[in-house]
Amino acid sequence: MISISSMTKSFGPTAVLRGIDLNIEAGELVALLGPSGSGKTTLLKIIAGLEWPDAGGLVVDGKNWLALSAQQRRIGFVFQHYALFPHMTVRDNIAFGLSVRPRAERPGKSVIAAKVDDLLGLLQIAHLADRFPGQLSGGQRQRVALGRALAIEPAVLLLDEPFGALDAAIRRDLRRWLREVHQKTGSTTLFVTHDQEEAFELADRVVVMGEGRIEQIGSADQIHDRPASPFVARFMGAVVELPVTLRAGRAEAAGLDARAVERRAMADGPARLFLRPDAIALEADPASPWRLTHKASNGAMIRATLQQDGGLEIPVDLPRHSAPDLSLGSAYRLRPLTGAVFSFDAAPQADAARPLPILKEKRL
Amino acid sequence: MQAVGVMAPGQSTMIPRVLIGVAVALTLLIVVAPLVYIFSRAFAEGWQVYAANLMHPATVHAIWLTSVVALIVVPLNIAFGIAAAWAVARFRFWGRGLLVTAIEIPFSISPIIAGICYLLLYGRQGILGPWLQANDLQVMFALPGIVLVTMFVTAPFVAREVLPLMQAQGSEQEEAAVTLGASGWQIFTRVTLPNIRWALLYGAVLCTARAVGEFGGVSVVSGNIRGQTNTLPLHVELLFNDLNATGAFAAASVLTLLALVVLVVKTVLETRRGV
Ligand SMILES: Nc1ncnc2c1ncn2[C@@H]1O[C@H](COP(=O)(O)OP(=O)(O)O)[C@@H](O)[C@H]1O
Ligand SMILES: [Mg+2]
Repeated sequence: MISISSMTKSFGPTAVLRGIDLNIEAGELVALLGPSGSGKTTLLKIIAGLEWPDAGGLVVDGKNWLALSAQQRRIGFVFQHYALFPHMTVRDNIAFGLSVRPRAERPGKSVIAAKVDDLLGLLQIAHLADRFPGQLSGGQRQRVALGRALAIEPAVLLLDEPFGALDAAIRRDLRRWLREVHQKTGSTTLFVTHDQEEAFELADRVVVMGEGRIEQIGSADQIHDRPASPFVARFMGAVVELPVTLRAGRAEAAGLDARAVERRAMADGPARLFLRPDAIALEADPASPWRLTHKASNGAMIRATLQQDGGLEIPVDLPRHSAPDLSLGSAYRLRPLTGAVFSFDAAPQADAARPLPILKEKRL
Repeated sequence: MQAVGVMAPGQSTMIPRVLIGVAVALTLLIVVAPLVYIFSRAFAEGWQVYAANLMHPATVHAIWLTSVVALIVVPLNIAFGIAAAWAVARFRFWGRGLLVTAIEIPFSISPIIAGICYLLLYGRQGILGPWLQANDLQVMFALPGIVLVTMFVTAPFVAREVLPLMQAQGSEQEEAAVTLGASGWQIFTRVTLPNIRWALLYGAVLCTARAVGEFGGVSVVSGNIRGQTNTLPLHVELLFNDLNATGAFAAASVLTLLALVVLVVKTVLETRRGV
């Protein structure tokens, strides 16, 4: 079990980790999800012993890892750009961790060879054993990098954006395959990604990071349905932000029918409602201040733009086949299917960073 | 192959022809002719005289001394080059930028000036002179002086070949080796060194060529004692001043042959480095 407590780290004047508390159970597969620059790699490197925190604790299986060197920790680290040794064959790359052990602990040549053969089989790259990294595709390199990390039977497996540099089809393949490998080896695994789809599909638990803080820990559904902060809401694609008035836990505004949005136990008064553009239905309502100013189709979805009298403009995505007939200039009422309400002073620091809604951008 | 440069079809081919002709003529005149001349003069009086010239004790000693200097200087510079490149590429420390500049200084300073500086430092009348004398250490007009000046002149060769490569490769491979449990020495010999081996060799070859051929700086600190502190380039000049032209050219032919070998090795390394 990995236990990280109150961990902070700065590079010069920039605070990269601002107090991280995180527990990971033995055998768990956890995703660290966050926008670029949120400190994910730094956290991973601290766990690996390649960086040192300014303060905080790191205890693994009861041992204080901050007192151990990287070499003593037995970490499997898979680098974003693989970091394979270009002058060694695939076989030698995978055997590296075993062959550098001190003589007394080093397994015999035949034992190492057998172990490497096992891994080559597990990773489905037996036919590449005698090639050099330069002769492999990105996906193949990724497998070799994982094999090299697994060879030392690591206490903890850390992967930094393992599929970041690969194209979509290979990513999907490798994801399924990584799950299988995890099930077979059972090693505690922490992997970093900025892709929500990847995080949710692979991990038991997802840790959302933003600006050096953990914003939320939970399952895909929990994070989707109940984002813990405006930051998470936006990161999950809820980029529509409406000023509302909260009355008895219900968000109210002109032209808004928020009955489907879960009530919040918050004081009455002004608040913000975060909505995903694809979780808003439109109903014709001449009394609504929202008018359709623009619509465009990408085949599957219609992206509509609505503007309020006051000038606020929002995007709404509707499935083309079930969408009502929309006419430009008409007034529509917004009927969100889900949404998240936050008071105006919720997590102001995290609020400063407006992450791009990656999922949304990719789908369009 | 397509012609580089913009030329309308039908435009005269005169200009490129003239340019190529000029380039070839100049190369022949400036580079090839002297080379050929060296060997023609060295052999002007036949094989036997050539051999006798080479076997002359003073010439043999000059060849030996130059080899000794190269054998001391090149390994030291390889060690220095790797250490400096490693420090600059892998660590952030105060004075790092200064070190990068300092490594290149010998390229911008005339070797004569380096020689004079050493003379003023270590010579009899120099700052350290009295102390050296009191301890019976002879630096100037002896092997240590020649080695010091040659080291100064050749210091940048290895570092400037290795440094850009190490910077470009970054430290991820080394970090990977650390997580896999490798010790510092294992990382160096099994990851770092193999990655820079061609650049290192290339730098070492250039360093050797320069160490063997250095004239200006060495001439200040060697004292030109025949059969004692005369390196091969100095010996060539000495023979020439003795009006022993054939002897001078015989000695020069050794340097020239060495240069040609270096050229071949360098070309081979350049193709290997591209891999
Ligand atoms: N070695 C370093 N020196 C200075 N700043 C760094 C260093 N490593 C990372 N940073 C900074 O720390 C922040 C977080 O980086 P990182 O952990 O790589 O984020 P992520 O992996 O989430 O993209 C970035 O702003 C980055 O510029
Ligand atoms: Mg990163």
